[in-house]
Amino acid sequence: MSGFFRLLARNRLALAGLIVMGLVVLLALLTPLLPLADPDVTNTANRFKPPLSEGALLGTDHLGRDLLSRLMWGTRLSLAVGFAAAVIAATLGAAIGIIAGFYGGRTDNVIMRGVDMLMAFPYILLALAIVAALGPGLMNALIAVAAVNIPFFARNIRGITVGIAHKEFVDAARLSGMTDARIIATEVLPNVVPVIVIAMSTTVGWMILETAGLSFLGLGSQPPQADLGSMLGEARSALITNPHTSVVPGVMILIIVMAINLLGDGVRDALDPRLKSGALSRPMPTTLVDRSAPVPKPSDDGLLSITALETQFRVKDRVYRAVGGVDLHVEPGECLGIIGESGSGKSVTALSIMGLVASPPGVITGGAAYYRGDDLIGAPYEVLRSLRGRHVAYIFQDPLATLHPLYTVGDQLIEAVRAHHPTPRAEARVRAISLLKSVRIPNAEQRIDSYPHEMSGGMRQRVGIAMALANDPDIIIADEPTTALDVTVQAQILSLLNDLRRERGLAIIFITHDFGVVAQLCDRVAVMYAGRIVEGGPTDTILNAPAHPYTSRLMACVPELGQGRRVLAAIPGLPPAVDNLPTGCAFADRCHKVQPACRTADIPLSGPSDGNRVRCIFPMTASSEASA
Amino acid sequence: MAGYILKRLVSAIPVLLGISVIVFVIMAMIPGDPATAILGSYATPENVEKLNRDLGLDKPMVQRYFIWLGNMLQGDFGRSFSLNRAVLDEVMERFGATLILAGTSFVLCSILGIAAGVVSAARQYGFADKAITFAVLLGISIPSFFLGMMMILIFAVQLRWFPVSGMWPIYGARDLSALISHLTLPALALAVVATGVIARLSRSAMLEVLRQDFIRTARAKGVHERSVIWRHALRAAMVSIIPVLGVQAGFVLSGAVYIEMVFQWPGVGRMLVDAILKRDILLVQGGVVFVAACYVLFNIAVDVAQSLLDPRIKT
Repeated sequence: MSGFFRLLARNRLALAGLIVMGLVVLLALLTPLLPLADPDVTNTANRFKPPLSEGALLGTDHLGRDLLSRLMWGTRLSLAVGFAAAVIAATLGAAIGIIAGFYGGRTDNVIMRGVDMLMAFPYILLALAIVAALGPGLMNALIAVAAVNIPFFARNIRGITVGIAHKEFVDAARLSGMTDARIIATEVLPNVVPVIVIAMSTTVGWMILETAGLSFLGLGSQPPQADLGSMLGEARSALITNPHTSVVPGVMILIIVMAINLLGDGVRDALDPRLKSGALSRPMPTTLVDRSAPVPKPSDDGLLSITALETQFRVKDRVYRAVGGVDLHVEPGECLGIIGESGSGKSVTALSIMGLVASPPGVITGGAAYYRGDDLIGAPYEVLRSLRGRHVAYIFQDPLATLHPLYTVGDQLIEAVRAHHPTPRAEARVRAISLLKSVRIPNAEQRIDSYPHEMSGGMRQRVGIAMALANDPDIIIADEPTTALDVTVQAQILSLLNDLRRERGLAIIFITHDFGVVAQLCDRVAVMYAGRIVEGGPTDTILNAPAHPYTSRLMACVPELGQGRRVLAAIPGLPPAVDNLPTGCAFADRCHKVQPACRTADIPLSGPSDGNRVRCIFPMTASSEASA
Repeated sequence: MAGYILKRLVSAIPVLLGISVIVFVIMAMIPGDPATAILGSYATPENVEKLNRDLGLDKPMVQRYFIWLGNMLQGDFGRSFSLNRAVLDEVMERFGATLILAGTSFVLCSILGIAAGVVSAARQYGFADKAITFAVLLGISIPSFFLGMMMILIFAVQLRWFPVSGMWPIYGARDLSALISHLTLPALALAVVATGVIARLSRSAMLEVLRQDFIRTARAKGVHERSVIWRHALRAAMVSIIPVLGVQAGFVLSGAVYIEMVFQWPGVGRMLVDAILKRDILLVQGGVVFVAACYVLFNIAVDVAQSLLDPRIKT
């Protein structure tokens, strides 16, 4: 609870709302004690005195009554009526909602049908109907406004109650023989109160407005008694000649409702856990780049070469070093595998190349990615955009989430083509069909008009590949493209990628956690752990003689067919949290060969540049592996 | 699609019946005797009794409801005693004026609200976002009737850009340009609150969508950011914006009552307030049922629009 108030206080606008509201309420409470003129005494000799005139700070109205005094009394009345309506609506609505949600079944059905009916009315119309029946008057306006808000509370509270009514602690209370009334009072109610508070804080402003509105129409408070709405209503006839009589009550309503809305937003933000983590911020078109160290020179002349790449996630005051200095390069027609557990930084490495890491919270803090000699990190948006999809294309995991659900696959393919080659739609469509054929989708002419949800997982991933091929890129970065697919489909997709590589001379960076896939497809492989490459080299060499203990343990996790019964070795422990990496080897805590020297200093990646390079001071040898 | 529309129309029948029951029950709560209300407190008992018989008020409640419902289905909403005119004729005529006002406002608040929300989300925490957020807060906090009065004061009285009130000029042609100049201020005043609500919701819906994987896919394809925002993200966000448009249409339609009072607009809202003050119950009853029924039908149109937008909805 104190955390809640701290969050509320941190929100400066909400605090301002709280202070203003506090002042208004205080003044309203003190009104009877203040030395004010009688709000209802008419004095026609002093009609329409302007503000700041003697004896009437805010002037007088059409009957010569002191506006300041009327404003204070009116505010008092409006606040009282608005809050009363909110409390009545919240209490009755919550009671109805709890009963419907707690008992469920038929009770729920009947009640919620009624609530739906009431909600089918345009809001104010229902209030008008109720006032029409009860007759004009402030009390009746209060009843009407409370009544039309009951369905809103009932529906919200019911939703929460349904969730609670099926929780274990409620079942436990039932089994212990508690009565329904007691369960509701002790188990359900405490859990729905925060929801009631949020709903009230967001609606009380409305209710003050609505009662003021009814009074404005002449259906609420009746003369001589006046709330803010009826003051405004009476002033309307003198709007043009004496606007101050309208402005005074109008501005007061505005101040009150605005303060309540600010406060309500603050309460909602403080209680909504999603906003606490800052999760509701949207990624920008390109990843933020904040490189403090000098940009490294291109190391070799590969098609794409990444040097000392560092990418961090900055969440509040924590820094997660997702990628901590990665070097990679890929040649035309080559397939490079990046392998590692989830969270090892392999996807973030791949996404950093084209500035696709979600930012905030992602920031590229160092290194370079040279494509044909040009650094992509920190390149202007327009440059990156023209390269994305055209020269460097991506294939993602889980095509159901990565394809747009509301456009046909054809539209999405056509868009990919036209993003870089402005061609007429019909022509692009022909190209899209041929793309679908090239990834071996049967009936491409018909399938082009399907939506993603109408296709199978394998077909969707073929569409994803077709989209990546749309502009004949040089490099395809495939981020676990087969992880969401079953094994036979996986094999088909892999052989398709392999064929495309041979036919078109594509360079592929293939990200996976599966050594079987690496063996099948990749020329070279890089093993990542805690944001760094721990071993890299030709696939055959690494598969036959892994030098890093992590690589060998990772390979031991892969079950093999026809190898008889073998104990599948899970790696004990978990990868280290990348916001708090240990000195030295990040794998030390899980390594069976760990020595004190492993934890003293940073360990470089060493080995022949064309052979197997490893980040380990006690690498595995053939003999040590046999004993492991 | 035709089947889906038909299905939704059929499902509206119980809702419409429910509305008629609710209105009937509310009106039956009226304390005292409607006949006395109509004839005034000086009426003779004989006349009151006769009128009660004529109005069918001597029959049991349930029977009265079905008679009323049956008459309504035949287009007979009764007669307004204060106007001495068939209720339906009066309601239809007034509803036309309300529809022009509320319809214009609805189009305005949808376009402005969505555009503001999208810009706000695309520039999150930037200047435009902060400016829009503040304007939205102001918009949802200002009472529309007060805003309308201030608009009259500034744009009609001071600047003389627009007429002060009414729907048509008292003298002169009733053409489109006359209508537009009379319509501008009230339509804007009515649109402001709904614009704020829609902008808020559009902003959060857009922020939600912009974090989705398919947005990253669009960016990875090299689609221009403008297109990413307005084509990819907005299309997906519309799925959660459209239901809110439906709700806001109800607010605009019924909130028109305040604007009609301020601007002397001859709409159904002003008719209802007059009828309430004159205790013309049949006119209130007929007006409320008619407007609520139109709103239910409008919401079906919203559902149909939703199903056209989202192919995943089974039609």
